[in-house]
Amino acid sequence: MLAYIIRRLLYALPILIGVNLITFALFFVVNTPDDMARMQLGVKRVTPEAIDRWKAERGYDKPLFFNAEAGGGAALTETIFFSKSARMFVGDFGRAEDGRDIAREIVSRMGPSLAIALPTFIIGLLVSVSFALLLTFFRATYLDFWGVVLCVAMMSISGLFYIIGGQYLVSKLWKLVPISGYGGGLDAWKFVILPVLIGVVSGIGSSTRWYRTIFIEEIARDYVRTARAKGLAEAAVLFRHVLRNALIPILTGVVVVIPLLFMGSLLTESFFGIPGLGSYTIDAINAQDFAVVRAMVFIGSLLYIVGLILTDLSYTFVDPRIRFN
Amino acid sequence: MPFLPVILWSDVLIWLLLLAAILLGWLSARNPLWRTAWQRVGRSRAGMASATLLLAFAVVGLLDSLHYRPRLTVDGGQEAPAQPATYAVEVLSLLDALLTPLRTRNEKTYSEPLATRAHAKETIEVRGSDGRLQQTRDHPRLRYGGAHLGADEEQRDADVAGRVLQALGLALLAWAAVAVAVCGGVARAQASGWRQAWRRLWRSGGDFAWSAVLCALAALLLLAMPVALLATDYHVFGTDKVGQDVLYQVLKSVRTALVIGLVTTLVMLPLSVLLGVLAGYFRGWVDDIIQYLYTTLSSIPGVLLIAAAVLMMQVLIDTHPQWFATAAERADLRLLALCFILGVTSWTGLCRLLRGETLKLRELEYIQAAQAFGVSSLRIIGRHIVPNLMHIVIIALVMDFSSLVLAEAVLSYVGIGVDPTMISFGTMINNARLELAREPMVWWSLSAAFFFMFSLVLAANLFADAVRDAFDPRLAGSP
Repeated sequence: MLAYIIRRLLYALPILIGVNLITFALFFVVNTPDDMARMQLGVKRVTPEAIDRWKAERGYDKPLFFNAEAGGGAALTETIFFSKSARMFVGDFGRAEDGRDIAREIVSRMGPSLAIALPTFIIGLLVSVSFALLLTFFRATYLDFWGVVLCVAMMSISGLFYIIGGQYLVSKLWKLVPISGYGGGLDAWKFVILPVLIGVVSGIGSSTRWYRTIFIEEIARDYVRTARAKGLAEAAVLFRHVLRNALIPILTGVVVVIPLLFMGSLLTESFFGIPGLGSYTIDAINAQDFAVVRAMVFIGSLLYIVGLILTDLSYTFVDPRIRFN
Repeated sequence: MPFLPVILWSDVLIWLLLLAAILLGWLSARNPLWRTAWQRVGRSRAGMASATLLLAFAVVGLLDSLHYRPRLTVDGGQEAPAQPATYAVEVLSLLDALLTPLRTRNEKTYSEPLATRAHAKETIEVRGSDGRLQQTRDHPRLRYGGAHLGADEEQRDADVAGRVLQALGLALLAWAAVAVAVCGGVARAQASGWRQAWRRLWRSGGDFAWSAVLCALAALLLLAMPVALLATDYHVFGTDKVGQDVLYQVLKSVRTALVIGLVTTLVMLPLSVLLGVLAGYFRGWVDDIIQYLYTTLSSIPGVLLIAAAVLMMQVLIDTHPQWFATAAERADLRLLALCFILGVTSWTGLCRLLRGETLKLRELEYIQAAQAFGVSSLRIIGRHIVPNLMHIVIIALVMDFSSLVLAEAVLSYVGIGVDPTMISFGTMINNARLELAREPMVWWSLSAAFFFMFSLVLAANLFADAVRDAFDPRLAGSP
């Protein structure tokens, strides 16, 4: 198993290099550092000296790939590519526009992000799977029909409306919890409960429908007929046989997401003013802080690849037929 | 000429898409397999009801895709003969021309739906009974909302009720005309009596779900007709912060949503079909490269890749203002660039699906027979493989539409969506999201955006389900 993991990690390396090259091309080849400097400085203060100073402060004044002036190994290391892109592999993301170290900022913002994303994920998964099982149990009845209709209707509502409506109802009209903000310690639940609730509700529609399709597909299999022929009750069939077998396709979609929970949710965090990585990203986008966006792209892909590996590993736990090779 | 036609890039693509849809219809009519699949869609009630609604949205979008610049005239139509014609900088569309009253009658600021007075109180001067000017705090009268009523604003409710009744009558009349035409058509096709045909229309299990179309049409007419009649003199959905009519904004948003949902697929399709088929058919190093490409791209979380790309595009647009003649052109190009970026970030899923299916197809006997006959690879792909993948492509297209429309709203909120000057559901929500916190609350802008967006996405979702049920061979056997 260890050998398998190591092999997968090695296989992930070229993909990460590819991601790195893509972001590098996006940020430095499509636009020159001069363009970025002009954008950041605004229209009024654009003088050649100001641009040079801006570039020098951020280390953008080096050549892109090859520094002919420096000799030996420095010809490769004293370049934008090495200092800005390749350094990300060792966790050096450089500094944000406000001068703070991005890596430290990311570590400190992971907590709040997880506090929202993890409960949303777990509760959402449990609720959706239970609803899907319920619909499957009552399949081909009116309950099932209207349940699916409700799911499709809930899918068709933009996530923005769930947040705006939820904030209005719960916080403004009923005044149950603060409208936004975040606090550490024991008071944190007040700030966490509403975003989690909204996150769960907004996700129910699509995931319930998807799980229901999987269950319905599974229920048409031969082993289900065998189980029923043995005289098992429908509930036992559903929980002991169908649920277990349906876990494989469900896992494919679910486990990939787990590492990405660290990144938080862009919308929820910015609406509720939670100091997590999602709002960090949004702020960076609005402030056009290129270094932060670059770092977030890199970390996002890293986490996604970890998620892929975790998915493959989780298969072996739920499906004994699958072996590493 | 009284106007100068302006051809925006997105217009070209929209009309090309219409052409492609017609071509697809023609091809489907010739292909028996596809014909039966589309007939299955036609039998689906939810599918046809939603298709009716989508058609209405499409008409609005198409009307909004014919642009021109009106000619500037000097003082009441008198133009100097010697001077060359000058045209307004503002780019209008046919829909704008139809909605001129809505577009031009801007109030000062917020006003409630159907209001005759503004939403907020202002200090206004009123001439008292003794002839002196007095200053009072009151809701000022709107400039256009209910202006035809003049002084007797109490007449408003009666006026609105009268118009609604009149509109409902008109709607019923129009609906009856359509219903009679459909019934006549069915009677002719079946060579049966009218009474029989009418009964057949409403029975389930017919060849075409006419009942669903007629129901959807009735609902559409009953809702749209009163709005249309009222809109001539009122702001039916109120006005927003700068006094613009909200109804006008939601109608303009439809085109943006359609462009995002449809043009993106135009970018996505060639990439995913070409690369997917090549990877699956040739395998070996071609497959390795293509797999590497899409694994890399899909491992970057979508929003972040879009954010990075849009940021860079903004820099590009801002540093090259000389590329754009008008603001509309800049906004349009930004919209297209957004479609392009969305397309480049979302082709990987379909590509993976097509690669897997091609791998399966290429092992089938008829392909091997073709290879044994010495048919060239290009021909095998073109004649034997791609046509057998089309059902996956069609399903993917209709399924992606609704998620793209929803994505636009989120992206515009994050600030990486369409140009802020372009009216879209996203910009509408973004401008209106703080209005619920106002005292007294301003709810109409958000509600209108919600209602229109919800009906568009719901219709798209239902239609996509019908298409998937009809085209997916695994589900095709079941009713």
